[in-house]
Amino acid sequence: MAEKKSLGKELTKGIILENPVLRLVLGTCPTLATTTSVTSALGMGVSASIVLICSNIVISALRKVIPQKVRIPAYIVIIASFVTIVQMLVKAFVPVLDEQLGVYLPLIVVNCIILGRAEAFASKNGVLSSAVDGLGMGIGFTAALFVMGTVREILGAGTFMAGIKDLIGGTFNGFDIPFLNENPMLIFVLAPGGFFVFGMVMAVANKLAESKGQPKAVLHGCENCPMAKTCSIKDTHEGCNTKEAEA
Amino acid sequence: MAKELVFIFLTMIFAQNFILQKFLGICPFLGVSKKLNTAVGMSLAVIFVMALSTAVTYPINKYLLVKNDLEYLQTIVFILVIAALVQMVEIILKKYIPSLYNSLGIYLPLITTNCAVLGVVTLNIDNGYNFMQSLICAVGGGVGFMVAMVMFAGVRSRLESCDIPKFLKGLPITLIAASLVSLSFLGFAGVVDNIFA
Repeated sequence: MAEKKSLGKELTKGIILENPVLRLVLGTCPTLATTTSVTSALGMGVSASIVLICSNIVISALRKVIPQKVRIPAYIVIIASFVTIVQMLVKAFVPVLDEQLGVYLPLIVVNCIILGRAEAFASKNGVLSSAVDGLGMGIGFTAALFVMGTVREILGAGTFMAGIKDLIGGTFNGFDIPFLNENPMLIFVLAPGGFFVFGMVMAVANKLAESKGQPKAVLHGCENCPMAKTCSIKDTHEGCNTKEAEA
Repeated sequence: MAKELVFIFLTMIFAQNFILQKFLGICPFLGVSKKLNTAVGMSLAVIFVMALSTAVTYPINKYLLVKNDLEYLQTIVFILVIAALVQMVEIILKKYIPSLYNSLGIYLPLITTNCAVLGVVTLNIDNGYNFMQSLICAVGGGVGFMVAMVMFAGVRSRLESCDIPKFLKGLPITLIAASLVSLSFLGFAGVVDNIFA
């Protein structure tokens, strides 16, 4: 029973309390780049989640075999293998998504969420709880991308879930928002709109967290960086410690 | 030929700026851009690593992977090559040029998992650039990274002394400021194309 309860906790913490994008401020690059539409946001979220769950499972299973000194390169190889698999699957079955995500699909390798979870969780916990942690974090990541994608697509293109048919099949292929459809605010699907919407969503998340007595999201700099232990920057320079990065 | 290279260089700096238009390398952009000297140091290290990893991965891709029909191994090979390269450069600098290591070396480990480096290598292949074009693209991308970092360091130092609404304090206002800087770079989109039209 106790086991079950803690598993539930592992699952839900990634979605709300420790949401990787809005609370831990990890994986900002794909968050900004792939949320121009709900379809590509969901595609990115699901692809990254699959890699996250699989790599968490394998890293957790191998945690006693991988020598401490070479663990980061080992994690990178494991993650890169799963990214390659996902890349080939997407190319074969959802070529439209491959076109939309472009260079960001192989860049899942350097997504800090995945390496961060490997270092912070999977290397210390059992296979089952690591898988659940990966699932929770993946859902949290996908949910944050979905929110961003919804705002940007509705304001910037005047549609909602356009082209979703190519992703999940079925007959539903999104719908148009009246008025906005004819007068879309194009800036929201361009780069500046990405930064702006992310800033606003972050402000709302901070406000909600504050009302629940949670601390604000801050860029943790070195603390959450998976390279922190091998990195010399934090000892020799103040450019990257928490105080400095506290925006 | 030369014209084309200049076009790639300018496009990478302005119209396709890595941080502000392509969203590659946002973590150091938000984390290290607070002081001008750290922003410059980090950017110089990024330029160096991007150029070096392009120079090394290009022949590996062309003569090893493509020749043997192993293109699907690109992602895994590139990230390993970049990681090994950065580690090696760090060791060499530490041993032989300690003065340079002290100013640039400290940023090197951070760069391995920077999406800009893997991004530029992948972009070069997607665009089908030759060796010289790839190199120019990498250096241009790095210089664009530096331009954005240095400009944003200035914006942030002004933000420090501003009276910001409570709910926007911290990261949200930083992102909104980034949005405005990015908006100004959007204006370059047509300019570079028209110069060479």
